[in-house]
Amino acid sequence: MTIDHPHDITPRVTLGFWIYLMSDCVLFASLFATYAVLHGNTYGGPSGRELFSLTFVLAETLILLTSSFTVGLAMLSAYKGRRNQVIIFLAITLVLGLTFIGLELNEFVKLVHDGNSWTRSAFLSSFFTLVGTHGLHVTLGSLWMMFLIAQTFFDGLTEVVLRRLLCLTLFWHFLDIVWIFIFTIVYLMGTI
Amino acid sequence: MNIPILDPKGVVGLAEKDLIVTAAVLMALVVIPVFILTFAIAWRYRAGNSKAKYTPNWEHNRLEEFVWWAIPSLIIAALAGIAWTSSHDLDPFKPLDSSQPPLTIQVVALDWKWLFIYPEERIASVNLVEFPALRPINFQITSDAPMNSFWIPQLGGQIYAMAGMSTQLHLMADAPGIYSGASANFSGRGFAGMKFNAVAVAEEEYQKWITEVRKSPDVLDLRHYNTLAMPSENSPVSYYAWTDESLYNSIVQKFTRPKSLNTNE
Amino acid sequence: MLGRLTLAAIPSDPIAIAGASVVVIGGLVVISLLTYFRLWKWLWSEWLTSLDPKKIGVMYLIAAVVMLARGMIDAGMMRAQQAVSVGSDQGFLAPAHFDQIFTAHGVIMIFFVAMPFMFGLLNLIVPLQIGARDVAFPFLNSLSFWLFVAGALLVNCSLVIGEFAATGWLAYPPLSEIAYSPGVGVDYYIWALQIAGLGSLFSGINFLTTILTMRSPGMTLMRMPIFVWTAAASMVLVIFAFPILTGTLGMLFLDRFAGMHFFTSDFGGNPMMYINLIWSWGHPEVYILILPAFGVFSEIVPVFSQKRLFGYTSMVIATISITVLSFLVWLHHFFTMGAGANVNAFFGIMTMVIAIPTGVKIFNWLFTMFRGRILFTSPMIWFFGFVVTFTLGGAAGVLMSIPAADFQLHNSLFLVAHFHTMIVGGVLFGYFAGLTYWFPKIFGYRLDETLGKIAAWLWIVGFVVAFVPLYILGFMGATRRLDHYDLSTGWRPLFIIAGIGVVIIACGAALQVLQLIVSYRRRHKYRDTTGDPWNGRNLEWFTPSPPPAYNFTHIPHVYGHDAFWAAKHSSVIHPAEHDDIVMQKDTGLGLYIAGFSFVAGFAIIWHIIWLIPVALVGGIVCILFRMLDEHTEYTITI
Repeated sequence: MTIDHPHDITPRVTLGFWIYLMSDCVLFASLFATYAVLHGNTYGGPSGRELFSLTFVLAETLILLTSSFTVGLAMLSAYKGRRNQVIIFLAITLVLGLTFIGLELNEFVKLVHDGNSWTRSAFLSSFFTLVGTHGLHVTLGSLWMMFLIAQTFFDGLTEVVLRRLLCLTLFWHFLDIVWIFIFTIVYLMGTI
Repeated sequence: MNIPILDPKGVVGLAEKDLIVTAAVLMALVVIPVFILTFAIAWRYRAGNSKAKYTPNWEHNRLEEFVWWAIPSLIIAALAGIAWTSSHDLDPFKPLDSSQPPLTIQVVALDWKWLFIYPEERIASVNLVEFPALRPINFQITSDAPMNSFWIPQLGGQIYAMAGMSTQLHLMADAPGIYSGASANFSGRGFAGMKFNAVAVAEEEYQKWITEVRKSPDVLDLRHYNTLAMPSENSPVSYYAWTDESLYNSIVQKFTRPKSLNTNE
Repeated sequence: MLGRLTLAAIPSDPIAIAGASVVVIGGLVVISLLTYFRLWKWLWSEWLTSLDPKKIGVMYLIAAVVMLARGMIDAGMMRAQQAVSVGSDQGFLAPAHFDQIFTAHGVIMIFFVAMPFMFGLLNLIVPLQIGARDVAFPFLNSLSFWLFVAGALLVNCSLVIGEFAATGWLAYPPLSEIAYSPGVGVDYYIWALQIAGLGSLFSGINFLTTILTMRSPGMTLMRMPIFVWTAAASMVLVIFAFPILTGTLGMLFLDRFAGMHFFTSDFGGNPMMYINLIWSWGHPEVYILILPAFGVFSEIVPVFSQKRLFGYTSMVIATISITVLSFLVWLHHFFTMGAGANVNAFFGIMTMVIAIPTGVKIFNWLFTMFRGRILFTSPMIWFFGFVVTFTLGGAAGVLMSIPAADFQLHNSLFLVAHFHTMIVGGVLFGYFAGLTYWFPKIFGYRLDETLGKIAAWLWIVGFVVAFVPLYILGFMGATRRLDHYDLSTGWRPLFIIAGIGVVIIACGAALQVLQLIVSYRRRHKYRDTTGDPWNGRNLEWFTPSPPPAYNFTHIPHVYGHDAFWAAKHSSVIHPAEHDDIVMQKDTGLGLYIAGFSFVAGFAIIWHIIWLIPVALVGGIVCILFRMLDEHTEYTITI
C-alpha cells in the first residue's frame, strides 16, 4: 500500500477523488431515500404518472449516456497523447452535457408554468431537489470541462492535465450512474 | 424526595420501573467489577511497587481476551431478550388487559397547552385530564403545533404528539390521585408551561366531574377551536361543555389533505 | 439592498447586548494587540497561510479552546437560570433567550469544540505517527480549517447581528420550519453547519487518503498505532455521515427559503423523515468524536504503564465493529415516535451490541496496566476519570437502549446526563489527556504536572457533582430544556448542586489556563530536548520536539508494532533514504475561499440576494487561481 515514489501523487489524488465520489453517493442516497418516502405525498396534486413523459426522459438519458461514451474516448485519446482529439471529444461531451441541462431546465420550466412547482407538494419538492441536485452536478462538471478544454489547449497533456482529466471522467461516469438510478426510480417506476 | 419514575401508580409505569431496575442490576454485574479491577490494578501495579510482577512485553492472551468478549456478550444477550419481550409487552399502542371497558381520550398538543377531548362524552378540557382509576385509558394523541411528547411519569412512558398523525398510549391508574404530566419534547417559547394534571378518581367522582364540565359556558366548535389553537403561554385550566365529535379527526386531517378536499366533504 | 438585514437585528435585551459586547470587544482587543505588537505580518506568513498540518492543528486547538469558553459560559447561564427560575421567580433569562442559549451550547460544543479538537489532534499526530511528512492534500487541509472557522464565525456573528436558532441543537421540524421559526436563527444554524460540515468532509477525505497511501515503508495496516486506526475509522464515519447532514440541512433550507415541503406538517411533508436522516448522521457523529479519544487512551495507557498495549488485534476488531454498528442504531434516539415493537426492539438490541466492543476496549486497557509499572501522570488521571464516568454513562446508555425503559427516560435530564457523560467524560477527557501527552511534541516543552493533576481532579469531581443530580432529576420527571419549573416538583436543590458542579468544573478550566501560562513561563525548565519525554512507543517521538516542517529527514522503516520502541531497543542501523524533501508552499487561498463562503452564508441568511453570486464567483476565481498555479511546491535537498 505504501508508495515508493512520493512525488507521483496521481494514485493518491485518484483515491481521494474516489472517496469523495463515495461521499457524494451518500448525499444522493439521502435524497433518494427522501424521494422514496415522499413520492406518494402529492397532497391532492399531480403524481409522477401525470407529469412525466418517458420519451422525453429517454432522450435525456441517451444524450447523457452518449456523453459518458465520448468522455471515455477523450480519456483514451489522452493516454495516446493526441491533444486535438481530446479537445474534440471533450467539446462533444460538453455540448451533450449542456443539451442535457437545457432539456432538464425545459422540463422544469414547463412544470412550474403548469402550476406544478416545488411548492405544490412534498412529492414535487423531493422531485425537483433530487433531479435538480443531479443537474447542478452536471452543470459544475460542464464548467470544469470548459476549464479543462482550455487547459488542454494551452498547456497540452501535462501530468496535471491528465490527472484532472482522469478525475473529471470518473465524475462524469458517476453522474451517469446516478442518472440511471434517477431514470429508473423516478421516471420509470413513476410512470409505470 | 418525590421520585415519580421509581414510585409508579399505574400498571405500565410499574412494569417499566421493574424493567429499569432489572437492567440496572444486570449492568452492575459488569460495572462494579470493572471499578474494582481498575483501582486494584492501578494500586497493585503502581510504579513504586517493585514487588509486583512486571512483564513489559506481555501483550496477548487468547483465553483472557475470549473471556472479555464473552462476558459482556452474555450480559447483552440477556438484556436483548428482555428488550425484545418488553418492547412487545409494553408497546404503547397495545391495549391493556382489564375487565373494565377502556375510555378513549383524545389529546391535542397546542402552542403551548394540552387539549383533551372526550369523544364519548363530547366534552373537552385544557391542561387537565380527569379519568376513572382502574379503568384503561386509550389516549389518542396528535399535535396542531410543533412536535411534543405526552408524558405522565407516574403512570407510564411517553409518546410523541405529531401533527397530521395520531399516536396511541394506553395507561391505567392503580389508585385515585393527582399525577403531574408534561411535554417532554421541546416545542418553543412556551414549552416550560406545557404542564397538566392527570386526575384519577373513582367512577362516581368522574361522572360528577363530567356534569361539572357540562355546566361550563364555553363550547368548542371549530371557530372557538381556532382561537384556542393560537399560541398562548401558561394557559389556565378550562372546560368546554360541548365539542364537535369530528374535531380530533379534522385536526389530524387538516395537515394531510388540502383544504379544497376538506370543504368538499 | 440588504435583504432582511435592518438595524433591528442588533440585540436590545441587556444580556444579549452583554454577549454581543464580549464578542465585539474581544475581537477589538485581539486586533489592537496584534497591531500594537506589529504581529500581523508574522501571523499572516507563519500561521494563517500555513499549510503545515502541525500549525493548522495548533490553530484548530486554539479555536476549540475559544469556543469551549463560550460553550461553558452558555452552560453556566443555563445552570444559573435553572437554579433560580422556580415558582414565582422567572429567572434572569427570557424563554426565547434561554432557548437560543441551549441550542448554541449544543451546536458549539459538538461542532465547534469537539470537532476542531479532534481535527487538531489528527493534524498534529497522524502524519507523525505514520511517518509521513505531510497530509495527502495540504491545500485542502488548510481550506478545511478555514471553512470550519467561517462556520464558527457565523455562529458568533449571530450573537451580534440577529439571533441564533431557538430550536434545540438538532433543529427538529416542524419547529425549525419557517411557520414556527420565521427569524434568521435557524438560517444561521443551517449555514454555520453547512460550511463547517463541508470542511469536516474534506478533512475526512484528506486524512483517510493520508492514512491509506502515505504510511512509511513497512507499516502495514496491522502495524499502525491504534490512534491511527481510530482516526481512520472516525474518518470513514465522517465520509459516510456528513453528506447526510449536508443533504438534510439542505432540504430544511429549501423548505425555509424556497417554500418546499420536505419536513412541513402539511403539503405532504414528513418531519419524521428529518428526524431519521439527522440521526443517521448524528449517531455516527458521536463515534466520530469518541473513537479518536479511545485511540488517545490506547497510546497513553501503554506508555505510562511502561508495557505494550494488550490485545492489539482485539482493539482493531472492536474499533471496526463500532464503526459498522454506529450506522445501525440511529432509531434509538426516537423510540417514542411509535415505530412499533419489532422496529424498536431491533434498534434497541443493535445499540446494546455496541457495548460489547466498547467493553472489550476497557478490559484491554485494564490488562495493559496489569503487570505494568504505572506512572500516575496527569494523562493517566484523565484516563481514570474517563473509565469511571464512561462506564457509568455507558451503563446508562444501555439502560436507555431498552425501548420500554426509554419511554420513561427519553428527553429527561437522565438522557442529558447520559450523553454529557459520554461527551465530557469520554471525548473531552480523552482529548485533554491527548493534549497533555502530545503537548511537548507540539510546543517543545511539557505542561506543568502539578497544576495539570489538580485541574484533572477538579474536572472529574466537578463533573460528578454537576451530572449525578441530573440523573436523579431524570427519575424525578424533569424534562430537558425547561427555563422554569414549579417549586412543588422538589427539583431545586438538585439543580443548585448541579450548578455548584459547574463552578468546580470552571475552576478546573481556569487552572488549565493557569497551567498553560505557568508552563510557558517555565518553558526553559520544562523543555524537551530529547524529543521523547515520556519514553514513548510510536513514531511521533522519533522526531525532535517540535518537529521540523517536514517532520522526518529520513523516512523511518517499520518492522512491527511500537515502531519507535523497537528502534530504541535494537542495534540494527537502517539505511537512510536519500530522497529530496518536497513540501507545499504556503498560500492564503484557502482562507480567501472560506472568506467568500462566509460572505455567501451571511448573504443567504439575510436574503441579500445580489451578494450571493458575487461571493460565489469570488470563491470560484480563487479556486481557478489555485488550479492554474504551477509552482505550489518547493524542494529541500539533503
